[in-house]
Amino acid sequence: MMNPKSEIQDPKSELPAFPSRSGFSRYFRIYAALWKNSVTRETMFKGNFLLWIVVEMLWFGLQLAFIGVLYLHTDNIGSWTKWQVVMLIGASHFIQQLFQAFFLVNCTNLSELVRTGKLDFLLLLPINTRFVVSLRQVDLGAFVNAASALAVMAYAAKQLNFIPSGWQVLAFLGLAVAGVAVHYSLMFLLATISFWTVRAQGIVWGYYNLFNIARMPDEAFRGVFRAVFTFVLPMLLVSNVPVRMLVNKFTPESAVLLVLMAVTCAVVSELGWRASIRRYTSASS
Amino acid sequence: MAAPSGVHPCLSVVYKFNKLLRQKFCCARNVLCKALAVNPYRHVIGIGIQNSLTYRFNFLARALFGLIPLMAVIYVWRAIFESKGSGSSVGAYSYAEMVSYYLLTTVVDALTAVNEDDWQIAADIKDGNISQFLLKPIDYLWFRFCLFLSGRITYLSVAAIPVTIFILCLQRFFVLPADTTTFFCFLLSVSFTAMLQFFMSYTMAMLAFWVLEVSTFIFILFAFEYIASGHLFPLDILPDWIERLLYFTPFPYQLYFPISVYMGKTSGPELTKGLLIQFGWVVAMYFLARFAWNRGIRKYSAVGG
Repeated sequence: MMNPKSEIQDPKSELPAFPSRSGFSRYFRIYAALWKNSVTRETMFKGNFLLWIVVEMLWFGLQLAFIGVLYLHTDNIGSWTKWQVVMLIGASHFIQQLFQAFFLVNCTNLSELVRTGKLDFLLLLPINTRFVVSLRQVDLGAFVNAASALAVMAYAAKQLNFIPSGWQVLAFLGLAVAGVAVHYSLMFLLATISFWTVRAQGIVWGYYNLFNIARMPDEAFRGVFRAVFTFVLPMLLVSNVPVRMLVNKFTPESAVLLVLMAVTCAVVSELGWRASIRRYTSASS
Repeated sequence: MAAPSGVHPCLSVVYKFNKLLRQKFCCARNVLCKALAVNPYRHVIGIGIQNSLTYRFNFLARALFGLIPLMAVIYVWRAIFESKGSGSSVGAYSYAEMVSYYLLTTVVDALTAVNEDDWQIAADIKDGNISQFLLKPIDYLWFRFCLFLSGRITYLSVAAIPVTIFILCLQRFFVLPADTTTFFCFLLSVSFTAMLQFFMSYTMAMLAFWVLEVSTFIFILFAFEYIASGHLFPLDILPDWIERLLYFTPFPYQLYFPISVYMGKTSGPELTKGLLIQFGWVVAMYFLARFAWNRGIRKYSAVGG
């Protein structure tokens, strides 16, 4: 969704001056500063912050209502029963909101950075440019929404009389991270198209449509469609695989495939980013 | 302009003819200019089309990406119909009718959906751009309506190719309307839908007079529209009482109603009644839009204008 918070930028002015330390602890401190910035930004528009949470909850409720209506007329989609699909929608929302919390605004802002030439300033910073471009803003409301998604999943689990073991929870979280990595890599790759055509925002928002597929049970899909959205844009793996592990539909191969696809997407996205940044010729300067 | 001397007589005829033509042309141009001065809105549409053509790539991306969730939903319905056995139905829909329904939502949506008009109107108010319309003899509402129309024309011309190809791929499911009267009623209903969509968005954008950030409100309304207008599923597969309840709101008239007309699910006196109610909503929303504007203008202080 369009985020009004994105209008306030340039967090770098508030970054403390760093001694010439390198490595993890330095990046950690920078990221902590970026977080602090985001919190400050959110507190400036408290009402808006709450309203965005309402919007996301509404859309989440809408998806659940859709499933509710479908299951008025059927008992299963493939082998998926109602509460299993509710769990799938919850998991999909959870993964999507985590992605949104860390990356979404930053990905959509990239084309703006390119268009206005503001990327210059980020390129000059003595840190990895992709790091600062990808993580500049944190969407704190998305964490609230991710929590609501977990609540829905827990309710669905109760309906299924299912109590996950500690290992299952850990494995689910691990696979969810792989899912977030897929979303981030692909969205970022799409955002780098803005180095070629400035009006790339349409494409980035278009990617939002793909989240729709991630919430559908994979068994419904077939043929080319299924192949494309498994091996090219692995939307059918992102949330289906983690949920399959919880609802006794799990195959180890699918987990391996998800992790492999996440790694592939990350590599392709990094290559795409490097090729794109070479084309950058700044604007207005 | 006389023919230069010493020119072959044949050529002088050509010159004369040219002169005549030029006069005729100037005449026509004058008439056109006058017409434009009388009716600046036509001009607005022309400029709007040129303006939105710069977004053609965005439009194409939107149209293409929009087909993906549509395909996904059709796949899910196929799985449901298959598990119910052949010849089964959901509510009053066979599988083919269900696919038709979703294809029609795409078509009606392309014809009537408000694209970014509401954001732009809100931005105009926030940035003080509307000040000029308070001085000029041009009405802001109709100005925006012209821009909305030109946006739709451009979107249609861009989206027509992918959407047509998609429909042709699924053409065995795509039913044609029963007769020309039905089709005519469908067109009428679609144009009401477009107006309804526009006036509602316009009214929502008027909130910008009072609040700084209207996007959340627009998204909240959009969420209700999305489910209650029949985007996600045809409304008549809902339990009866919910469907009846929805008909007290304008939402079904924003998408579901014209499709039900096309598919012949609404006919006879029901159809007339439906069209009248739809028109009633259009008029009501028009006056609401006017009312919101008039109230807003009183509060307006031309920030940065």
